[in-house]
Amino acid sequence: MTAKTAQPMVKAEGVHKSYGAAHILRGIDLEVAPREVFCLVGPSGSGKSTFLRCINHLERINAGRLSVDGQLVGYKQKGDKLYELKDSEVAAQRRDIGMVFQRFNLFPHMTAIENVMEAPVMVKGESKAVARERAVKLLDRVGLGDKGGNYPTQLSGGQQQRVAIARALAMEPKLMLFDEPTSALDPELVGDVLDVMRDLAESGMTMIVVTHEMGFAREVGDNLVFMDGGVVVESGHPRDVLGNPQHDRTKAFLSKVL
Amino acid sequence: MTDKIDKGPADATPPAGPGASGTTPYEAIKAIPVRHYGRWISAVVVAVLLGWLVYAFSQGKIIWATVGDKLFDPSVLAGLGNTVIISITSMALGLVLGILFAVMRLSKNPVTSFVSWLYIWFFRGTPVYVQLLVWFSLPLIFEYINLGPIYKNETVDVMTPFMVALLGLGLNEGAYMAEIVRAGIQSVDEGQTEASHALGMTQTQTMRRVVLPQAMRVIIPPTGNEFINMLKTSSLVSAVQYTELLRASSNIGSTAGAVMEMFFVASIWYLALTSVFSVGQYYLERRYARGAQRTLPPTPFERLKANLNMFRRTEVSR
Repeated sequence: MTAKTAQPMVKAEGVHKSYGAAHILRGIDLEVAPREVFCLVGPSGSGKSTFLRCINHLERINAGRLSVDGQLVGYKQKGDKLYELKDSEVAAQRRDIGMVFQRFNLFPHMTAIENVMEAPVMVKGESKAVARERAVKLLDRVGLGDKGGNYPTQLSGGQQQRVAIARALAMEPKLMLFDEPTSALDPELVGDVLDVMRDLAESGMTMIVVTHEMGFAREVGDNLVFMDGGVVVESGHPRDVLGNPQHDRTKAFLSKVL
Repeated sequence: MTDKIDKGPADATPPAGPGASGTTPYEAIKAIPVRHYGRWISAVVVAVLLGWLVYAFSQGKIIWATVGDKLFDPSVLAGLGNTVIISITSMALGLVLGILFAVMRLSKNPVTSFVSWLYIWFFRGTPVYVQLLVWFSLPLIFEYINLGPIYKNETVDVMTPFMVALLGLGLNEGAYMAEIVRAGIQSVDEGQTEASHALGMTQTQTMRRVVLPQAMRVIIPPTGNEFINMLKTSSLVSAVQYTELLRASSNIGSTAGAVMEMFFVASIWYLALTSVFSVGQYYLERRYARGAQRTLPPTPFERLKANLNMFRRTEVSR
């Protein structure tokens, strides 16, 4: 199912990232194919969220190559020299990459529908009418058609996260990044968010999901990477990695979370 | 344990429990409320002190009729208007400069950041009175204001008392506002900036659409405070020949031999101004609290009504 013939959506080669003395990513190599649901699991501090944030250049990598849809992230290459991209060019790259955060990060001074309309209007210069029409559809799709007028504080965590997904989808991205999207939710609200994500996966969206929801990974994921200490320890189909882990670290981790 | 996905579609609406629809009637507790004797005693003490103060002033050598007569004197009212004008324009200038220099201060560009630091350092570090006098004496340094082919004029003609007052108060205020705005910007959660950037918004769009509107909630209360301060600080500009409320009042006071009376006239107007603008500030704060709280706090009128109801309830229970 993960035909590597097509150009990979995300390609990482020897990606390193450190914050001062803290060496978080120690050489990550991986490929994410288009239309694939790619799960990143591992203990906290393993670098999986950091790697995710590198993909849309919220963090700058220190070494290696990282490209999305054939384009280097944050740099451009002319000859054999790399040039840093200007802020506006970085912003343009991010348009096509949606991101969903653990803490939702909805804009609290805007209603749900205004949150969804904001980027298409500001970034793409879409008219408000067009943006509103799409926002209504997207909110409907995530099951919140009647909550458009609510401010984020008037919504439950699960509802906020679904608005956040709709907000990211409003830019019609080719890649969606999920950074532990259900970790801040009450257990009973997790299902709604996962349902929306499963629906999105079925529609063919390329998704990279940092998660602790092993059930979701097993059922929806096409590929799974187990990270620890800033390196990829083990990867493969979720069923295989979760059902029959080869490495001791993977086994130890899974025995705690499963 | 984490296999949430295996369960059926979660029901978003919780099952209606007892009392979910309509309220079951209940018998309210009848108890004797706590008696606040301290409040009554302190109220009496305050009333006596106030009464004594009023008596002392009424016995002083003040012709109170003059205060009433001159309260609406045309030149006092003109001074009042000038006070309002110079306060609002200076505050507007200060706010614009404040936002500009706050953003510059937080800029990644070291030159802009330093320029902003220098501005704040100078204008916050010297007394506003001295700054006003320097602006007043500016023609001594720059005889002409020369913008090449666009504009040229003698500085004396440009620096009217109003311009001196505006620049003096506005630039001073800008330095304070810059620090207030900076604190507001820094109070906004970093996740907001990240979410905005992740959507493809530029630095400028993020600042204007996401960060500043949220910073306003933190910025407005101290800004209201600054404005109230400005209304009173504007009395200093009488030193640079601008006829605002205090100068207009004391002009009358010295010619009519009613110095103390005219100070009262000025004080009454200053109090009136600050009161009016305090109310305005309150409603502005409510507007920017949107989305920060589930329900807005009650307005003073709503609170007054609630307090009156409370009194009624206490009486009923007695």
